[in-house]
Amino acid sequence: MAKIKGAIVVDIEKCKGCEVCVPACPSDVIGMSKEVNGKGYHYAYMANPDACTGCSNCAIVCPDGVISVYKVKMD
Amino acid sequence: MDIKDIIKPENLVYTKTKLMTDNALSYCPGCGHGTAHRLTMEVIEEMGVEADTIGVAPVGCSVLAYDFMNVDMQQAAHGRAPALATAISRTWPDKYVFTYQGDGDLAAIGTAETIHACNRGENIVIIFVNNGIYGMTGGQMAPTTLPGMPSSTSPYGRDTAKMGFPLKMTELIANLPGVYSVTRQAVHTPKHVRKAKKAIRQAFENTRLKRGLSFVEIVSNCNSGWKMTPNQANEWLEENMLSFYELGDIKVEGQLVKK
Amino acid sequence: MAELKLMKGNEAIAEAAIRAGVDAYFGYPITPQSEVIEYLMSEQPEFRTGMVVLQAESEVAAINMVYGAAGTGKKVLTSSSSPGISLKQEGISYLAGAELPAVILNVVRGGPGLGTIQPSQADYFQSVKGGGHGDYHMYVLAPASVQEMADFVEDAFEMAYKYLTPVLILSDGIIGQMMEKVYLKDQQPRWTDEEIQKISGKWATTGRIGGRERNIITSLDLQSEKMEARVHRLQAKYKKMAEEDLRFEKIQCDDAEYLIVAYGSSARIAQKTVDLAREKGIKVGLFRPITLFPFPKNQLMEMTKQVKGILSVELNMGQMVEDIRLSVEHKVPVEHFGRTGGIIHTPEEVLAALEQKIIKR
Ligand SMILES: Cc1ncc(C[n+]2csc(CCOP(=O)(O)OP(=O)(O)O)c2C)c(N)n1
Ligand code: SF4
Ligand code: SF4
Ligand code: SF4
Repeated sequence: MAKIKGAIVVDIEKCKGCEVCVPACPSDVIGMSKEVNGKGYHYAYMANPDACTGCSNCAIVCPDGVISVYKVKMD
Repeated sequence: MDIKDIIKPENLVYTKTKLMTDNALSYCPGCGHGTAHRLTMEVIEEMGVEADTIGVAPVGCSVLAYDFMNVDMQQAAHGRAPALATAISRTWPDKYVFTYQGDGDLAAIGTAETIHACNRGENIVIIFVNNGIYGMTGGQMAPTTLPGMPSSTSPYGRDTAKMGFPLKMTELIANLPGVYSVTRQAVHTPKHVRKAKKAIRQAFENTRLKRGLSFVEIVSNCNSGWKMTPNQANEWLEENMLSFYELGDIKVEGQLVKK
Repeated sequence: MAELKLMKGNEAIAEAAIRAGVDAYFGYPITPQSEVIEYLMSEQPEFRTGMVVLQAESEVAAINMVYGAAGTGKKVLTSSSSPGISLKQEGISYLAGAELPAVILNVVRGGPGLGTIQPSQADYFQSVKGGGHGDYHMYVLAPASVQEMADFVEDAFEMAYKYLTPVLILSDGIIGQMMEKVYLKDQQPRWTDEEIQKISGKWATTGRIGGRERNIITSLDLQSEKMEARVHRLQAKYKKMAEEDLRFEKIQCDDAEYLIVAYGSSARIAQKTVDLAREKGIKVGLFRPITLFPFPKNQLMEMTKQVKGILSVELNMGQMVEDIRLSVEHKVPVEHFGRTGGIIHTPEEVLAALEQKIIKR
């Protein structure tokens, strides 16, 4: 059975920590870091990377367009 | 499979369009303006028409849209963007001309310019970001502010007896015979973003076919003006804004589909 | 091969605009200049040259249309009269700030307020001091004949593009409405897209042709240092205008003992006064500023070596007189005479004022 695995990359320095991506993820992948970036924002990261399907939901709602999404099909 | 094996250029499925510059957006965290900008630029990129696109930025939080949208842009006086767009489109009839305007810009100070550009059926796209408030100047009441909604100039809530009712510009405009298409969208959830993008694409396709004026309202948030966190604001938008400003197509191919 | 025609000033400027290859006109009707848009609408220049003519919903919209088209490198004209020009001030300030070329015609009527539809020169201050908000000026041309109404279209666009600035043609109800013979130039072709790229491609928003960097038209600079630099850039233009493109006319000034300074229709009246005075043996000369901004300061100062006094003759209560006083630094007495409210002074009235206010003082 083909399984889809995804991953996201957050441009940490441009993330504003708005958390809009968090509820947008259907797989509860995203968490907010304890650390802050150069602007003082807690940035988004994959807290639960194994669950990411690469659906892009988080990336398309991110107002600042700081999320890139990668996806592979695994046989 | 290791994450490193997934994050490879050949596996990239989504990243910010090159038609958004690398400048950090000046918007508050969570503000829908960023999403609306990006969708507009994604559509221009996908249509491959960036060399023929001229945008007009308003006065409002998106006054600096030209810092972020990587196409030729003009910055208009408050409310006048449709007048600029009219002239650009009239003198360059083969270009893709759009305005990007907030609700204060479009529905208050620019009411005349907006209605008349629409009524003349200019071959342009109007992107209307309705966040129910004046964001840039610090959260004053807008023509679109909901009844009872507080703002810095309606601190006890909008009293419709004294301050009038919220103006549904989009419905008003849909009733003008010169207007070709009118739709109301939102960008606070992935589902809404996908629909909004389709609507914006349709609007620019209308320009390509010289069908006339396409009007896309985007009901958006202003978490700073509303004094909420972004996610609270998006929930509030869903519960309050969308029951008043109903989403969906209002006019399609010159025909009203919803009253 | 010029063509000779009998035309109203307002019609002459409209025809001259078509012939000068102007790309677009945006306007809103107001007396005494509605003939400009009426003429253009009946001429249908879209079939002659492809020129766009649009009746806007207001002067505010019209001037912002001018901004939009000017921002793409097109030659754009608008016209109005005083109350409408007040409405255009927003857009004019933005044009100046964004450094866009455009030509604006004001066929002045009496004010303030709705005032009168009769001729006036009461918009001098508004025209030369800025008019809208901010530190800026327009290059201001004052025609005194139907011929100059026509000729100044090309001159105005030349200046607009040389300095990237809004240019004002400051006329009035007399010049706009009167009929005179006028030589009209041959049709010039409008600029092609390629020519626009060559002339204005560096800044005009015509789309990112060939994948070039984006062009941005804006008057906004949130950084104070950048804003100050922008204003300094504007001031440098004004200095250059004064050095290179100042215009004026001296009539019977060689032996003049007294000087009348007047522009536009007032200058025509004053010219008759000069003749009347000379018949009486009074040596009067007429100095006619053609550009009101830049103002011929040094040339007026130069005249003080020769004349005993200056009368500023204006169809208003005394506006240009202030600039004359600033120019001549009290070297000679400077007084004002003028009727207002739409009343046009006679050459005799002007002579009487000259005798009373300057000669017998
Ligand atoms: C002529 C003029 N009047 C007032 C202002 C001040 N002003 C700037 S933005 C704005 C309101 C913007 O609100 P909106 O269009 O809703 O955009 P938002 O900031 O919410 O995106 C106002 C009143 C101005 N710049 N120019
Ligand atoms: S939506 Fe974007 S900016 Fe907001 S927290 Fe997520 S990644 Fe950061
Ligand atoms: S791509 Fe989809 S699954 Fe992965 S983090 Fe984003 S929203 Fe969640
Ligand atoms: S003030 Fe409101 S509209 Fe403006 S950037 Fe902030 S959230 Fe967005």
